[in-house]
Amino acid sequence: MAGKIVIDTERCKGCGLCVVVCPKNCIVISRHSNKNGYFPAQVTNADCTGCAMCAIICPDVVIEVYRDENIVPIEGSSKKTELTKERA
Amino acid sequence: MKTVFTRTPTLKDCPTHYCPGCGHGIAHRLIAETIDELGIRGRTIGIAPVGCAVLAYNYLDVDMVEVAHGRPPAVATGMKRTNPDKIIFSYQGDGDLAAIGTAEIIHAAHRGEQITVIFINNAVFGMTGGQMAPTTVLGQVTATTPQGRQTTSEGYPLQVSELLALLPGAIYVERCSVYNPAQIRKTKKAIKHAFELQVSGAQGLSLVEVLSPCPVYWRMTPVKAMEWIENEMTKVFPLGRLKG
Repeated sequence: MAGKIVIDTERCKGCGLCVVVCPKNCIVISRHSNKNGYFPAQVTNADCTGCAMCAIICPDVVIEVYRDENIVPIEGSSKKTELTKERA
Repeated sequence: MKTVFTRTPTLKDCPTHYCPGCGHGIAHRLIAETIDELGIRGRTIGIAPVGCAVLAYNYLDVDMVEVAHGRPPAVATGMKRTNPDKIIFSYQGDGDLAAIGTAEIIHAAHRGEQITVIFINNAVFGMTGGQMAPTTVLGQVTATTPQGRQTTSEGYPLQVSELLALLPGAIYVERCSVYNPAQIRKTKKAIKHAFELQVSGAQGLSLVEVLSPCPVYWRMTPVKAMEWIENEMTKVFPLGRLKG
């Protein structure tokens, strides 16, 4: 895990823009709504590289991105996680 | 782990009232980041428009003024002339700048006022219920053009940036968008350049037009709205630096 994102799910409005821009398909829309009634984005950090694409496009600035500078991500290791399978 | 991205201090830590997928949130963040990077938070005064971004003063932690519909360039003129050391920017939508405030922005540019204008173009009147705006593209369905905008009855989309680029008083005019992370980075650069020009005391008006999505009144999902900007809206409003 070279990167990590933290989503403030209570503030997320579930627009889904981060889901589309994530190059590693790490983000999915949750099946459970938050207190405001939106279905927020949720993350499986397994393949996250900390590229911050999701944070750049997030209109509500609810994503924080962290990156481990010591780990170099292996190219092509975009194995699908359980959550992305669920979405498909 | 190193923090790569977090909320900038000038953007207040509170939820916005914008609809899911609205581009205003992105534009607010870019302005806040620019202000922090240039270190001008203490001497910046912003002007909020009438429109969806009317509550922008709740989200940006700088001095803000709310003015009458379409009049931010007029108020900014007075503010900049009486406080030349302050950095004055106005944040205006297409209803504010391209409809009721057309005279103000044209004359502010014509006089070469040293202000920065951030113009958010979403091709529709968002706050009032999705009616046709002057910037609505041909064929676009809105609340007041249910058959799509026709040239015979509603005329053509108004390209304000091209108009302003003709005036010698406007020193920098650029049109950007927020439809993907690469374009958002370009928009950030444009906004920063516009502010830098004012900070350096350049003689003239700087304007950045941002093509922004309105998923609710375009009747699309936020993702489709971003695609619509890329595929349709940029045909009418081509991206790029028009002047400066």
